Amino acid sequence: MISRKLYKPIFDKITIREKIGCQWASRTHYRLSRTNNKMAEKRQIVVPGETIVSGNEFLPGDGAYRDGEEVVANRYGIANIFEKHVRVVPVSGAYYPKRGNTIIGTIVDITFNGWLIDFGGAQNAFLPVAEVPRYVNKNEMAEFLNFGETVIVKVWDVKSRGVDVSMKMRGYGKIEGGMIVSVGSNQVPRIIGREGSMVRMIKDATGCDVTVGQNGKVWISGKDTDMEVAAKKIVEFIGCNVLVAGLTENVEKMIKEMGLKTDDVEVVSEDTDK
Amino acid sequence: MAAPTTQSVPLKGKKGIYTKREDGRKFTDVRPMTAKVGIVPSADGSASFSTGKTKAIAVVRGPRTLHPQHMQNARTGILRVSYGMMPFSVEDRIRPGPNRRAEEIGKVTEWALSSVVDLSGFPNTVVDVFVQIPQADAGTRVAGINAAALALAHAGIPMKEMVSAIGVGKIDKTLVVDLDKFEDSEFHDAEGSTDIPIVLTSRKKEIALLQLDGKISVEEFKAVIELGKVACDDILKVQMDALKNAGDCKNG
Repeated sequence: MISRKLYKPIFDKITIREKIGCQWASRTHYRLSRTNNKMAEKRQIVVPGETIVSGNEFLPGDGAYRDGEEVVANRYGIANIFEKHVRVVPVSGAYYPKRGNTIIGTIVDITFNGWLIDFGGAQNAFLPVAEVPRYVNKNEMAEFLNFGETVIVKVWDVKSRGVDVSMKMRGYGKIEGGMIVSVGSNQVPRIIGREGSMVRMIKDATGCDVTVGQNGKVWISGKDTDMEVAAKKIVEFIGCNVLVAGLTENVEKMIKEMGLKTDDVEVVSEDTDK
Repeated sequence: MAAPTTQSVPLKGKKGIYTKREDGRKFTDVRPMTAKVGIVPSADGSASFSTGKTKAIAVVRGPRTLHPQHMQNARTGILRVSYGMMPFSVEDRIRPGPNRRAEEIGKVTEWALSSVVDLSGFPNTVVDVFVQIPQADAGTRVAGINAAALALAHAGIPMKEMVSAIGVGKIDKTLVVDLDKFEDSEFHDAEGSTDIPIVLTSRKKEIALLQLDGKISVEEFKAVIELGKVACDDILKVQMDALKNAGDCKNG
């Protein structure tokens, strides 16, 4: 009963793969199909202890476990079956960091060889001195990053004991100016939009630089405060309407109502939208 | 609340004096239930659950780092439940703050929920569950557990299965499901009242908590468990409904 609805997009994906003509789905194609699956209209919300599918051929992944023949949900979320691989994608709850995520957090402690960053997760993230883009004297660490300062960092490693982060790449570093909007981490995919479309739309309309942290923090920085506030309103609107069908149209409408044009501002930098 | 309907002596060898419930329910009926998740937008997970006049709200925060540090467990996260009745929840004001009863109910709720919650992925952390009773009409601990299970699921905490809870009891010689305040604590005639809170897991139908306050025979006890299992199925339906029809808007 459940699987019928979920099967459809899977077959679509297999067709895509065959069109491309590769025998095994490469990493990119896997990502592509995952995006398609997320966009599938029929979404099956499962509750802990609920059977998702029955059959020994299915593999339980994140948020699922096997009980005899059946694959059972381990947490509350949307069931997602991709080529016999069963996952439960969370729709609510706290943020769990994953490797490669971009997160926005605050410096809460300075240790002898790095900084501790609070990003709203279960544990604080650790930013070693070696992972910052310039040489920092260990006696003067507070001069580079001090308590209460906000940074954009990349999750480098997730261990059970904590999270290691880095800011050595482009687009990462200390935040100065602008404003931070908090939305749930589960709303982040909709704020980014398909391949960054939504965030690009906000940037185009307001001329602000918008950086979305996977932990649900959005940094907005523009030339004037009015535009920043406009961007903030749009972000909050998306955060409140994640389940609404036709969200993009609604956001376009909202932008028009605010008196902003969608195509008169040229986007300068594209590197911070991921 | 009206006085007991009859003051007659117990009828030995007959059916017992409790033949009709005040609110017109059948003896196996649960009071009308409502459940909702996401009632506290700033929390990681939240839910409300009510049966009749009993209302419970539960809020989950975490997993988050546990302090003081000596309480941390390096192998697994821990669950911490606090239960409390609000001062206005009953007719006489309840003195706010922890007391023996609240402490005990918090602990048994914690034990009941620990059997399904799996926090091994979050060592050194704590998941805090806050259960509050804004309005009480007996069965607050089971309503609290129902709400807490919903809130934990809503917070995305890994759980092997859900739990649902019900209070089953015996009024004189009659077995009744979901006791209200009169049945629970104001019925003193004949054999009096016995109250048995049962917590059942959703999948394996295992008993996660069983308490007994009063006297009951073995046969009757077995019947009570069966009644509880049936009632828990109804409660589970309400819980599933609340989770499946929740909009995932956190910000209101």
